[in-house]
Amino acid sequence: MSDIIKTSDFDMEFRDEVFKEPDADKITLCFNCTGCTSGCPMAEQEPEYNIRKFLRMANLGMKDALLNSPYLWYCTTCYKCQERCPQGVKNVDTLLKIRTIAIQNGIMLDNHRKVSQLVIKLGHAVPINDDAKEKRKDVGLDDTPPTVHKFEDALGEVQKLLKISGFNELVAEKEETS
Amino acid sequence: MSKLSFFLGCIAPNRYPGIEAATIKTLEKLGTELVDLEGASCCPAPGVFRSFDKITWLALASRNVTLSEEMGLDILTVCNGCFGSLVDANNIMKEDPELKEEVNKILKEIGHEFKGTIEVRHIIEYLSREVGPEKIKAAVTIPMDLNVALHYGCHLVKPSKERHLGSVENPRFFDELVEATGATSVDYEDKMACCGAGGGARTAVLEPSLQMAVNKLEHMKAAGVDCIIDACPFCHLQFDVGQTEIKKKFDKVYDLPVLHYSQLLGLAMGLPLNELGINQNLIINEEFNKKIERIRGGANE
Repeated sequence: MSDIIKTSDFDMEFRDEVFKEPDADKITLCFNCTGCTSGCPMAEQEPEYNIRKFLRMANLGMKDALLNSPYLWYCTTCYKCQERCPQGVKNVDTLLKIRTIAIQNGIMLDNHRKVSQLVIKLGHAVPINDDAKEKRKDVGLDDTPPTVHKFEDALGEVQKLLKISGFNELVAEKEETS
Repeated sequence: MSKLSFFLGCIAPNRYPGIEAATIKTLEKLGTELVDLEGASCCPAPGVFRSFDKITWLALASRNVTLSEEMGLDILTVCNGCFGSLVDANNIMKEDPELKEEVNKILKEIGHEFKGTIEVRHIIEYLSREVGPEKIKAAVTIPMDLNVALHYGCHLVKPSKERHLGSVENPRFFDELVEATGATSVDYEDKMACCGAGGGARTAVLEPSLQMAVNKLEHMKAAGVDCIIDACPFCHLQFDVGQTEIKKKFDKVYDLPVLHYSQLLGLAMGLPLNELGINQNLIINEEFNKKIERIRGGANE
């Protein structure tokens, strides 16, 4: 049996925040046909990942349950649900907005924090390594690609941009709180 | 000769440089010169960084776009993820004056300004629209008589309202380009399904992400193909590195070689095998290599 949903858990400010994403308010048009979830390739692997339910929860303002769900991070953004929704709900774009609110609330997976740190440090989410340098030479390319890896000024621009936009602070390692 | 700037992204130059090399050489043969987009960064990855902070995602993607604006060239990408980020960011910046102003304030601090003067192209979409299968067929010197499982991936065609590439359930444009190389694009179950890597899922939840790849590999294998052809280095990595992870985690072996379309095109244009980097993959299938050798004869040297 599912737990009873209490109206006292509804946070309408959270819903308003989600609706700041363009067309996110289209989730109010959902009539539960379940076309999204029934076609979802991730739901096939992990039924707890249920995009229809998640968007329903967002519409009810169920902030805490939604932001703390580990399944929030299962979507591969394949957009199949968004393409097939008969009501034009922006499933994926809305889910990404919910993730953004989670991040703003300090909820972030360690691996995502690590990828973010790589971009801050090196400008690439998947940076070069020695093996790749050898492989580059073997196919006749310069061992360093002409990206931020090669141009220090350009890396400096990226690092400055991420600082100004507040990204560094957003994804910084949080002090352990007891 | 047409000219485009070449946006490399992360995975092609830093994991599968054969894709980068093959793209430069094959496009040159088709009359398109690729110019280095010097100082470009991560696109940044759409599902991950867009999730984290929309303004950061938009600003970093816009910086990459402005580098090409400053050169007066449209951008070419070889990756569905980079395409997704750069096209979406380019469109948002062109259409939303408030966001454009906010992002341009950040870009001004580092000496750039988004103007909205260029387009972002994906190699498959570009070849289909600007070059066409007939011209590719004419440039092929060794028809590659292979049965291939074509993987479109997601962000090349979706969201369709942004991409305008026709059907997302049964597209044909990529199949036509594959068949122009002499290969047969074999139909398989759930062909348009996702590889499982995107949206930060591979990074966050590896096992269910790999299970999605298992589904695809099962269907591809059942169709009896020689190899996988993709249009995205991240899908490429998911299928190539993924097969080794799947072997360890689920004890399943598929042994399916993974090629980006640029590499298939390079084979069909008779480019030297070592310059295409196909054997830099983790999955090396000797039977496939022998078949390539048989088809190409002396061109493999």
